[in-house]
Amino acid sequence: MKVLSIALNTFRENLRDKLLYNLLIFALLMIGSSLLLMRLTLGEFHRLLLDIGLGSVNIFSVLIAIFVGIGLVSKEIDKKTIYTIVSKPVARFEFLLGKFFGLTITLLVNMLIMTAGLLAVLMAQSVPIEAVLFQAIGLILLECMVVTAVALLCSTFTSATLSAIFTLAIYVIGHLTADLKTFGQKMDGLGRSVLEGMYYLLPNLERFNLKGNVTHHIDVPLNELVLIVAYGMAYAAFLLLLASVIFQRRDFR
Amino acid sequence: MDEAGQTIVQVQNLRKVFRVGFWGRRVTAVDGLSLDVRRGEVFGVLGPNGAGKTTTIKMLMGLIYPSGGTATLFGQPSGAPAAKAKVGFLPESPYFYDYLTSREFLRFYGHLFGLFGAALEKRVDELLDLVGMTHARDLQLRKFSKGMLQRVGIAQALINDPELVVLDEPMSGLDPIGRKEVRDLILRLKESGKTVMFSSHILHDAEMLCDRVAMIMKGRLVACGPVSELIAQGTTHEVEMVIDRLLPEALERIRPLAGKVVLQGERVMVVLASQQDVDQALDVIHATKAKLVALTPHKASLEDLFVREANVIQSAKEAPVS
Repeated sequence: MKVLSIALNTFRENLRDKLLYNLLIFALLMIGSSLLLMRLTLGEFHRLLLDIGLGSVNIFSVLIAIFVGIGLVSKEIDKKTIYTIVSKPVARFEFLLGKFFGLTITLLVNMLIMTAGLLAVLMAQSVPIEAVLFQAIGLILLECMVVTAVALLCSTFTSATLSAIFTLAIYVIGHLTADLKTFGQKMDGLGRSVLEGMYYLLPNLERFNLKGNVTHHIDVPLNELVLIVAYGMAYAAFLLLLASVIFQRRDFR
Repeated sequence: MDEAGQTIVQVQNLRKVFRVGFWGRRVTAVDGLSLDVRRGEVFGVLGPNGAGKTTTIKMLMGLIYPSGGTATLFGQPSGAPAAKAKVGFLPESPYFYDYLTSREFLRFYGHLFGLFGAALEKRVDELLDLVGMTHARDLQLRKFSKGMLQRVGIAQALINDPELVVLDEPMSGLDPIGRKEVRDLILRLKESGKTVMFSSHILHDAEMLCDRVAMIMKGRLVACGPVSELIAQGTTHEVEMVIDRLLPEALERIRPLAGKVVLQGERVMVVLASQQDVDQALDVIHATKAKLVALTPHKASLEDLFVREANVIQSAKEAPVS
């Protein structure tokens, strides 16, 4: 219950900070692009509309996950609001989980509205809607949860600015881990071990990217989908555990 | 178990060493501090800025881990959930969740103690009434003045009907009216049987409110006890006398007794250091038919004690190491 209370309070904070205004830009982008793209040929038009739609959902969500995520804990410490929470019978990990799920709820609501907007545009332009589109959006949410966990972990031990830099860096590298592996195989000795270590340690965010499948109408087998979801959840849980361990030892000066 | 006077906060040889800067230089914030707070009293933690008051309180609240020594609340180690359940805490100059209204703010803290529904609503309304904020219950905290924030902050500390209320610098940054309101509130809490522990660098407030005080300087305890006893220790009570129509020969008889004599035309002001001197001077005044205009005892204040202890520490620091 305490986790839920903190989560709902975080969600309320996001709402009252007018975070959902990003939806206006999303709406403008969707309307603008559908009007512009109508001039293209039929097949490409559909593909581009799906690409831009999913891409926008992804970018807006990830930006929120990073920039709100890094402030989840550091803002509470800066404003000393955390003193009133930790001095109550609330375990520190409960606080962290509450903040994490609070942002997850915000991301979920934000994505539901964006998805509704995207579907409206797709239907208006009579683009066929397939199940893989919803799978792709679900995995974007999962990716954002992993990114939020990265941001939360960083903000338990460093400043907001450094957290933003680290999280952005991990997001970018997370989409290029396959390259890390390929590059590592071309090296030997220490370099190879380091790159392979990074490949296994860093989140493989490209696994959550189904945009190609959507635009090319390729279904994802169920067992693969289950594996990706399990991977994302396990990774986020591991990061949250690590964050809790660090946070538990921290002095609030 | 519940008798008044029972120790509910016990701090023994508490130490906190912070590591600061890139090289992790060690800075001792609290150095071997011991004190106890008893049930039903108002206990003041006094000291200049940077003395270690807030660090001590944060260690009691489980916000900072001690480097050494022990701190217990209700017999439990500080930071234990069972201890926290009986405590209400107001941090120093907090900002709170300014996007919430007073009611939402208090409800949120109620939820953290497992309070819900009608019982919580009743408690919230009671507290808003207690701190005089019922008129602003649906106003967002970002529109509040500092005094209003402090009041709603105190309400937040009382949501669980705590046995011990810990307030860190509750009067700082408030105007005289705000300070009086907080003082009245502390007295009301004491009347309702709560134990109050608060820190302050404003000695006047402590003198008016506290049953006992601990004075901390540079992380060490320099004095602890009832305010009256601390003030009495090693201080003389001076008495100022203003006399009219004092004959020159009478003045000559009083002059050896007085520490200071000031002549203002017909009027004489003398400062006497002991009761015996005062009695002798009064005898002279009666005998010579002079007129006593005023007799003002100058009580030593906590401030005098404070300055004296600060000087002792300063001179100890300046003394050459043998």
